Amino acid sequence: MTVFIIRRLMQSSLVLLLMSLLVFFGVFAIGDPIEIFIAPDADQAERARAIAALGLDKPIWEQYVMFVANAVAGDLGRSFVFNIPSIELILQRMPATLELAIVAVALSVVLGVPLGMYAGYKPDGAVAKTIMAGSIFGFSLPSFWVGLMLILIFAVELGWLPSTGRGEVGTFLGIQSSIFTFNGLKHLLLPALNLALFNISLVIRLTRAGMRENLPMDYVKFARAKGLSKRRVILVHVLKNILIPIVTVVGLEIGSVIAFAVVTETIFAWPGMGKLIIDSINNLDRPVIVAYLMIVVLMFIVINLVVDILYSILDPRVRLGDMGK
Amino acid sequence: MHVKVSRLARFAALTVVALPLLAGAARAQDLTMGVGGNITSMDPHFHNLAPNNGIAVHLFDRLVHQDELQRLIPGLAESWKPVDDTTWEFKLRRGVKFHDGSDFDAADVVATIKRVPWVPNSPSSFSIATRPITETIVVDPYTIRFKTARPYPLLPTDLSIVNIVSRKAVEAPTAEFNSGKSAIGTGPFKFVEFVPGDRVVLQRNDAYWGPKPHWAKVTARIITNPSARTAALLSGDVQIIDQVPTQDLARVRANAQTAIAKTGSNRLIYLHLDQNRDQTPFATDKQGAVLPNNPLKNKRVRQALSKAINREAIAQRLFDGEAIPAGSLLPPGFFGAPQNQKADAFDLEGARKLLAEAGYPNGFGLTIHGPNDRYPEDEKVLQAIGPMFSRIGIDTRVLTQPWATYSSQAGAPNYAFSVMLVGWGAGTGEMSNPLRSLLASVNPQTGFGPSNRGRYSNPQLDEVLTKALSTVDDPARAKLLAEAAEIGVADVGLIPLYYQVNLWGHRRAVAYTPRADEYTLAHMVRPAN
Repeated sequence: MTVFIIRRLMQSSLVLLLMSLLVFFGVFAIGDPIEIFIAPDADQAERARAIAALGLDKPIWEQYVMFVANAVAGDLGRSFVFNIPSIELILQRMPATLELAIVAVALSVVLGVPLGMYAGYKPDGAVAKTIMAGSIFGFSLPSFWVGLMLILIFAVELGWLPSTGRGEVGTFLGIQSSIFTFNGLKHLLLPALNLALFNISLVIRLTRAGMRENLPMDYVKFARAKGLSKRRVILVHVLKNILIPIVTVVGLEIGSVIAFAVVTETIFAWPGMGKLIIDSINNLDRPVIVAYLMIVVLMFIVINLVVDILYSILDPRVRLGDMGK
Repeated sequence: MHVKVSRLARFAALTVVALPLLAGAARAQDLTMGVGGNITSMDPHFHNLAPNNGIAVHLFDRLVHQDELQRLIPGLAESWKPVDDTTWEFKLRRGVKFHDGSDFDAADVVATIKRVPWVPNSPSSFSIATRPITETIVVDPYTIRFKTARPYPLLPTDLSIVNIVSRKAVEAPTAEFNSGKSAIGTGPFKFVEFVPGDRVVLQRNDAYWGPKPHWAKVTARIITNPSARTAALLSGDVQIIDQVPTQDLARVRANAQTAIAKTGSNRLIYLHLDQNRDQTPFATDKQGAVLPNNPLKNKRVRQALSKAINREAIAQRLFDGEAIPAGSLLPPGFFGAPQNQKADAFDLEGARKLLAEAGYPNGFGLTIHGPNDRYPEDEKVLQAIGPMFSRIGIDTRVLTQPWATYSSQAGAPNYAFSVMLVGWGAGTGEMSNPLRSLLASVNPQTGFGPSNRGRYSNPQLDEVLTKALSTVDDPARAKLLAEAAEIGVADVGLIPLYYQVNLWGHRRAVAYTPRADEYTLAHMVRPAN
């Protein structure tokens, strides 16, 4: 296991280096950030001053070497537009995104697994068919449209929930989050639901497929023959067996929900990291883009590692040492 | 993405039955505004950027203020006058207090002038406004004089964008403003909280020297997505929004609880034409080979292009009437704008005739470029202009790009395009600003032509403009500026398309005085009746 983790870490640093190279030169190729930052009526002297102030007057490879040298020392640079260290800027936004992601993933598991199990248990019933049809919508409707519809129905027409933004932040056990206030939860519900919709459908379909695959298997018959109740067979033995693909998918989805909740955060004006990255791309705020993607890559590496370790716990047949090869 | 969202929003708007709306139950003393621009800093000297400037004027005052039509009015200076050709004297207001209770006087002005060029890492500095000052002389605590190297009539105008900070903040870094520690001004509101990407919270300054604002607490929420902004207004979460998207205008008007406030903008949308190179990369023959001579250097071709554009149709069809066909660089009423300007009339026959006279009876091929995420409906405007050019025989292709890519290709040093759509908001609210940037010959020594992407050059215009810029007498300068603008427009240095209209959507419970400078100011919002 130790060898496995060390090998993983070495691979990861190579990925990080490659990624920073790609993003750094990619952003350079898109355009010149000065054109975006500078006041339009600035004269040539002011432009030259701004270019020098942001270190953009040096050749691109020199900028990259400087960036890598600083990054190794833990400094990923300052945002051009906020004049705040990129890491600090991203970490400021992280709680908002994390609470959105956690609630969304929790919703997808809490709603998705039971619905999927039911649909797999009685696949021919009208309820099961409705669930499956609903999951197709969850998959295929674009999330910006669903988001706007949710706002129009629940905020504009019915007036039950606020349309956009993050609510009041409360503190519980030293953690600051809008989950802990009623106002915060009201603000959270619509964006979390919008973000969860795709994952709910995904989990429903995975769970249903797992149920359908496992129910006819020998161990289920054997358990029933042994006299275990139907309830216990399904909720303990079958559930445990179908959890492996769900853990994999949910794990990876946590990653993408945290990193790329761009659309939901934009539509609901949610002050999270997804909105930060899209704004930064529009501004060509290179330090933030690079730092953000480095953090995202790091996050995926950790999540994959955790998923692999969870596998070995859920299924004793899986040995981590073999998986690196 | 922007275009897709808006289209779907319109569809969504149609599919939902309009029900009576429940008004948001906010407290009577609280105001929540939905602003479309992304506010990045509370430091009023860090980034010369419209959303930042729009919030800074709540916290700080300038020596000279601009009213809703951008005319200069007294701010922290009660009066100002030129003492001689190269000296301006400002008489400061007495009895003004900063939010921390300290008194305002000339020392704070000196500190501000010192801090502006100092701010580290500034991506766009206000030093363009303070650089002409060669020496600052404090005559007494309430009289200050500025020396300039040459006669400089624009100093009061330039200083109307420089926010005065406390002398204690002379070396305060940007972070201290963001945290609120140094965000101490003399303005109508005090700093409460800044959450980047989310909101700015302000509270009323009860000791303000000017008219007291109505609202005890103001929250400016940053809602960059246009459809989300409209939804926030319709649901009553916010009482006022800026930059109402065109497709939502009818909906905001039709709603019993909401209304539109609007005024002509200082922003012109225009086409710049490459008039510098002998061959321009996107003017081709009909087979696509670059023409040996740049047709855009021919004035009659430029006139033909201008006449081929149906500005009225663009205003009516694409903007629901909320755009004004333009015949100059600034609408009438602004300082130095020609009073009797007229937009070129749509005249296909005249355009074809001019083109034939210029030696292109069968037209030529042309690609026009523009952004697709910068100005309202920018991409649609270009897509409308393409076929208009084609009708006079110029086979036109339209290519649009995100602003991030487009802007660095269009200007110096790349000058990659032949015909390009750009917008220009005259931040100073007077004519020298667009003239100097857009039509004056490119010259880094004088600072002329930094945004002259067509590299138009006309010595006569340069001469009149230079003369205007050293004429301290206001009426004489206005006349010279109007003359320079008329020279540039008659020569088709650029093709003016339309002036934007600034649009605010507000709940009927409040009223707003619309502003030419696009700012959404809480102290200009008041309860309706």
